[in-house]
Amino acid sequence: MAGRAAIIATGQTFHKSRRRDVNIVELIHEAVSACLQDAEMSPADLDAVLIGNMEHFEGVYNADLWAAAETGAYLKHAMKITTGGTTGASVAHAGYYHVASGMFNCVLCIGWEKQSDGDTTAGLIFQSDPLFERSNMAGAIGTFALAASEYMNKFGITEEQAARVAVKNRGNALNNPHAHLRRAVTVQDVLSSPMLASPIKLMDMCPTSDGACAIIVASEEVAKKKSPNRPAWFKALSTRHDQPFNSDLPLLINMRTLRDAAKDAYAQAGIVNPIKELDVAEFYEPCTFAELSWYEALGLCELGGGGKLMDSGATQMTGELPVNPSGGVISTNCIGATAMIRVAEAAIQLMGKGGARQVPGAKTALATGFGGSFWTEITILERD
Amino acid sequence: MMEQAGRQIELLEMSAPANFPYNYSCGKIGSFFFKKLRDEKKIYGRKCPRCKKVYIPPRPVCGPCFAPTDEWVEVGPGGVLECFTVVFFGFLDPMTGKKRPVPYGYGLIRLDHADSRIQHFLSENDPKKLRVGMRMEAVFNQEREGKLSDIKWFQPVE
Amino acid sequence: MKQNDAILISSQVLQVSYNYSAGPVVSKFLVSLRDQKKILGIKCDKCGIVYVPPRATCGKCFSEMKQWVELSGRGRIETFTSVHYPEPVQPRGGPFILAVIKLDGSDTGLTHLVGEAEEKDLTIGTKLEAVFQENRTGHILDIKYFRPCRD
Ligand SMILES: [Zn+2]
Ligand SMILES: [Zn+2]
Repeated sequence: MAGRAAIIATGQTFHKSRRRDVNIVELIHEAVSACLQDAEMSPADLDAVLIGNMEHFEGVYNADLWAAAETGAYLKHAMKITTGGTTGASVAHAGYYHVASGMFNCVLCIGWEKQSDGDTTAGLIFQSDPLFERSNMAGAIGTFALAASEYMNKFGITEEQAARVAVKNRGNALNNPHAHLRRAVTVQDVLSSPMLASPIKLMDMCPTSDGACAIIVASEEVAKKKSPNRPAWFKALSTRHDQPFNSDLPLLINMRTLRDAAKDAYAQAGIVNPIKELDVAEFYEPCTFAELSWYEALGLCELGGGGKLMDSGATQMTGELPVNPSGGVISTNCIGATAMIRVAEAAIQLMGKGGARQVPGAKTALATGFGGSFWTEITILERD
Repeated sequence: MMEQAGRQIELLEMSAPANFPYNYSCGKIGSFFFKKLRDEKKIYGRKCPRCKKVYIPPRPVCGPCFAPTDEWVEVGPGGVLECFTVVFFGFLDPMTGKKRPVPYGYGLIRLDHADSRIQHFLSENDPKKLRVGMRMEAVFNQEREGKLSDIKWFQPVE
Repeated sequence: MKQNDAILISSQVLQVSYNYSAGPVVSKFLVSLRDQKKILGIKCDKCGIVYVPPRATCGKCFSEMKQWVELSGRGRIETFTSVHYPEPVQPRGGPFILAVIKLDGSDTGLTHLVGEAEEKDLTIGTKLEAVFQENRTGHILDIKYFRPCRD
C-alpha cells in the first residue's frame, strides 16, 4: 500500500522573457536554493533529485548530469523526466511515487526552461510527427488556433468570453511577485492585440518565459517532524495519454485525456461536485480558450458551458472556485517548469503562504498539466 | 552588462547553430501510402478489423482496440473542413532553418470514407473566406516525390 | 525521399540556432581568455577545490564560489586520444588529438585539443602549455590548443 507523501516546500525563480543574467544551471540553482530555504534544509537532507525540461528547446538532454552541482544531486540518486508540457507535473508525480513507495523520504523535484536560449516553436515542430505533421504545424499557437476554431464553431464560444480569461488571470498576476507579465489588461486590449493565428491573438496566448520551479516531496514522518510549513498532502494523481496525431483528437480543446483523468482523480479523492468541493485550482491554460473548455472537461460546468461559467464570475478570486490565483500560464510560462508551478501554487495555497493571492481557508486544491498532443496530468492536494 | 561587487561584468552569449540530420524510415505502411500519393495521386487510409475505423494518417495499430490494422481503403480526395487557422506570426521552421512564409492557412480535413482527420495546408490564407463545414478537395503537385507535400494543399470546392 | 524496393526513407536536416547565456561566472572566464589570454579557475572556500572551467556552485559542498585563481596556462596530460574518424560536429578536421589536461593549480581536468605534436610524442604526464588564437571572441576555442612545453 502506498505511504502518505506531502509537498513541504516550494521555490521559484523570478521570471522574464530573457534571463540573460544567468546561465541554465544558475537559473536552476535559484529555484533550488529558494526551495531549500523554504524547507530549512540542505542537500544533505535530500535522498533523491528529479529534474525535467523540454530537451529540444535548449538542446540540453542531460540536465540531471549537467546541473548536478547546482541541484544538490552530487553523488545522489538522480533522474531526468521529460514528458513535454506536462514535464513539471510528471516530475512532481515521480516525486510522489518515489516517496509513496517507501524507498525515499525526501525528494527534490525540479522543472525548468530557458526558452531564450533556444527556439520554442522550432522545438515544438521538432516534437511533432516527422512524416505527417512537421511540415505544416505551427507550434503551440497553431495547434491551439485549430482547437479554438473548432471549439467556437461547435459551442458558440465568443472571442470576448475568451478575452475575459486573460483579463482575470493577468489581473491575478498582479498579486503574484513571481509572475512574469504583471500588467492588467482589458477585454478591448485582448481583442485588439495582434493576430498570431486566427482566432488566437497575442494576449490570448501564454508568453515565453525563462524560469525554474522546485518542490520537496517528503514522507509522512519527515513532513510531520521536520517541515516548517503546513504539509500539502497528495490526495489523488492521474495521468492520461491519447492518440499521437493532433488530427486524431475528437474535440481538440475539450480534452478527452483531461475529462478521463479528472474522473479518475475525483473518484480517488471522493469528489462528487468539484466546483463546490475544490477550494482553488491552478490550470495549465496555454491560451484563453483552453481555460474555458477545461472548465467543461473538469466537470465544473456542462459541455459547451465554459463561456457562461466565465461570465458568471465563479472562477474569479471572489467566486465559488478561484482558478489561477497565480495568474496562470497566460502570465508565466517557462514550459518545463510550468506544470510544476501549478502544483507548487496549489501547495502554497494549502500552506497558507499565498500572500495577496491567497484564497482564504483553502483546504483542497487541484492542479492540471497539459502536454504535447493533448495529454494530461492531474494532481489533487489537501491539507489536514 | 551587470553590476557585481561594484564592477561591471560583461555578460556573454554563445550562439550555437545546430544541424541534426535524420533519416526516418516510413515503414511498410507509410511507404505504401506515400507511393500511392506519388504514383497514382490517391489517398489511402488504414482500417481496423475490430472497430472498423479508417485511419488517416495510416498506422499499423488501432490505439483504442490495440488491434493491428489490416486493410487499405481509398479515402478522399474530397472532404470537409472541420477546423482551420491562418498563421500570421513569423517563426523559424526547423525543416529549412529559415522563417516559414506567412500568412498561410492550415486545417483539419475529414476526408470522405475516413474516420479521422488529416492536418494540411489550405489554398486560402484569408480567414474570412474559410468556414467550418466547407467542402474541400486535395490538389496534387505536378512533380511528386513520395511525401505528404505531394498534396500541395486542400482548396474549397464550389 | 530515397527509394529502395519497398521502404521509403524521409531524409530531413533539422536546423535550429541555440543562443546560450554564459552567466556572470563563465563570462568572466571567457572575457579573461579573450582580453588577457589568461585562464582563470574558481576556488571553493570551504573545501579548497579549484575548478576549471569555473562554475558558481561547488558540487561537493553546495557553497557559492567567489574566489578567482589565475593559472599559468600550463599543465599535464591526464589522458588523451587521437581522433581519426570524421564527424560533422567535430571542432576541426581530423585527425586531431583530444586530451584531458590538469592545469597547474587546478583540481579538475579540462578537455581540450593538443597541437604541434604527434600522438607518438605524447604520454600521460606530458607537460603542456596553452596557445591562444590571434582573433579571440570570448569562446573556449580562444585557446587554440595546448602544445608540449618548450622549456
Ligand atoms: Zn479499432
Ligand atoms: Zn566546496
